[in-house]
Amino acid sequence: MDPYEPDGPGAALLAAARRSLTGGRGALTRRSLLRAGGGGALALAGTAALSACGIPPARRESGAAAFDDHSDREKTVNFSNWTEYMDVGEDKKSRPTLTAFTRRTGIRVKYTEDINDNVEFFGKIKPQLAAGQETGRDLICVTDWLAARMIRLGWAQKLDASLLPHAYTNLTEQFRDPDWDPGRAHSYPWTGIPAVIAYNIRATGGRKVDSVSQLLDDPALKGRVGFLTEMRDTVGMALLDLGKNPADFTDADYDEALARLQGGVDKKQIRRFTGNDYTADLDKGDLAACIAWAGDVVQLQSDNPDVRFTIPAAGYITSSDNLLIPAGARRQRNATRLIDHYYEPPVAARLAAYINYVCPVGGVGAELAKIDPALAANTLIIPDRATAAKSHAFRSLSGEEEKAYEEKFAKLIGA
Amino acid sequence: MTAAKAPPADAPPPVPSAPAVPPVRTAPARRRLTPYWLLLPGVLWLLVFFALPMVYQASTSVQTGSLEEGYTVTWHFAVYGDALAEYWPHFVRSVLYAGTATALCLLLGYPLAYLIAFRAGRWRALLLVLVIAPFFTSFLIRTLAWKTILADGGPLVEILRTVGLLEVTALLGMTEGDRVLATPLAVVTGLTYNFLPFMILPLYTSLERIDPRLHEAAGDLYARPFTAFRQVTLPLSMPGVVSGTLLTFIPASGDYVNAELLGSTDTKMVGNVIQSQFLRVLDYPTAAALSFLLMAIVLIMVTVYIRRAGTEDLL
Repeated sequence: MDPYEPDGPGAALLAAARRSLTGGRGALTRRSLLRAGGGGALALAGTAALSACGIPPARRESGAAAFDDHSDREKTVNFSNWTEYMDVGEDKKSRPTLTAFTRRTGIRVKYTEDINDNVEFFGKIKPQLAAGQETGRDLICVTDWLAARMIRLGWAQKLDASLLPHAYTNLTEQFRDPDWDPGRAHSYPWTGIPAVIAYNIRATGGRKVDSVSQLLDDPALKGRVGFLTEMRDTVGMALLDLGKNPADFTDADYDEALARLQGGVDKKQIRRFTGNDYTADLDKGDLAACIAWAGDVVQLQSDNPDVRFTIPAAGYITSSDNLLIPAGARRQRNATRLIDHYYEPPVAARLAAYINYVCPVGGVGAELAKIDPALAANTLIIPDRATAAKSHAFRSLSGEEEKAYEEKFAKLIGA
Repeated sequence: MTAAKAPPADAPPPVPSAPAVPPVRTAPARRRLTPYWLLLPGVLWLLVFFALPMVYQASTSVQTGSLEEGYTVTWHFAVYGDALAEYWPHFVRSVLYAGTATALCLLLGYPLAYLIAFRAGRWRALLLVLVIAPFFTSFLIRTLAWKTILADGGPLVEILRTVGLLEVTALLGMTEGDRVLATPLAVVTGLTYNFLPFMILPLYTSLERIDPRLHEAAGDLYARPFTAFRQVTLPLSMPGVVSGTLLTFIPASGDYVNAELLGSTDTKMVGNVIQSQFLRVLDYPTAAALSFLLMAIVLIMVTVYIRRAGTEDLL
């Protein structure tokens, strides 16, 4: 019996099939095979690569890395600071207090103004620090919450107290023992930054603005009120206005303060949340009143007498910028000596006279009076007892709290 | 060495009936590889600065964890849905603002490009330099300058108010009361200003290529100037229109500087959210997912647009 052979496809059909395989759009050519194979390989490799990624825990044991200090061999120190945060000499170029340090110790300071914004700076140094590499910086100046985060992550070097005699003695009571760095083991404040209420008296039509409630409710200020994008300053001031303590509050308190601010956003009382750029708006009068940083107000006032400030009866928030040595810094001892240099009253006075922020160094008043008696009497630079009593600090937050709070705050400010 | 060698002497003579097979020319291996060597720098560049970051971002978007504990890939795709549900108004706003700015750029840019291409004469070079000149100052400074131009009590806002234009824009929800700053109008103005040169330059290059004799020919055929423009100039300049709108719309939809400096809380765009999630909230997966969503949305819109505009040669 013949094996069963079905009628094969006709010759024409076969030819058509061959044509479609070798020519035309569906043709199986070397190229299309390569392309398909390549696509498959890419997809596979992509999946593998995707799952192979991942970010290791950022936290490191403080000081666990081998302490390898090059201070004796390298007589330099790399200092990263904010812009306009250092005294400048008559010639607009020299930096007298840094020159004095070099003259005294023989250590040359490479001073870089490369910090413009805490979150951006953190984004910049995070990869190196997380990978346990040095950042190329021996001393940095960051705001307290970022200093707290870096200490929490083990990214700040513990300071050698024996090299800090002046700093230890002269640090004022207000800054001595923050909850995020007990006993100042890792950091020393560069300046204190009071957040106060500032207003342009021409823009308010002669009206005085002296409370957060007024900022949020006064119809005369509608659409011309600014708050800061710095969460702790804005929410801290709102908490104080609600009679809560920013150093000890609950989630519910935080939400209440945010709801209060949200009310201001919803009824268009608040014009916008600003970073440093509020100064120009306040100067022009586009912002009639806002929460402002004291040092800015002192500098604005010297150019524009219409700018006024008040310290609310409910109190105000003082944050601070802090010097710390990032983990893995090459010249830690040099950096520590530089910190101590700025705690000698004559040096501190020179700096305070130039940057106009709260000076954390005790006994600086007499030295400052020698430079400019008016500055020495300014309670925004050297707070008197009554002013200091109204100052509050925002409590430190755990990593989880920080994320949750920042997320809610981001919603408030629109992004 | 060539492939078409003479057959060895002892080989049988070729069968005469077989069709003559053309000799296959294979270039030496070295020469064949040359194009690949030339491609190498570009491919490497793409790999290091485009493909790798994309893979890294894609991976980041499906991770979960925290800064302290580290992040691991958990294929948490829900983040995309959550991000879209949470921030869809920002996407809408980005597309809306970028679209409006692109339309305004086209309206302002086309006449200017036309003027430079056909009517400027010896001023052409100077005008082109003037179009590019703003790039010599920083993007940030240029944007901040608009805060002074649009200041509440400033002359421009004063004029707009006197003319009554502010009431119209307020009705459209573009401004609030008597001010322009910190409103959508300010953001769109900033975007339009900042991306205008990206519209003008491609428009100029495609207009400049049009043979002026075509205009004369249209005139000879009794086309009125407007008809000539509609039938001849506009179709021929379409590649410029398409590439100009793309060069404007794509970066404008991802921009966050204008919304940050000129806007308010309710004018924030997706770029602001991405920035805030990356740097402020430290929620890297959401930020990465938002970036991919933005990319996908822009890609879809651009694909549809190019299909419809039907231009094979951009530029």
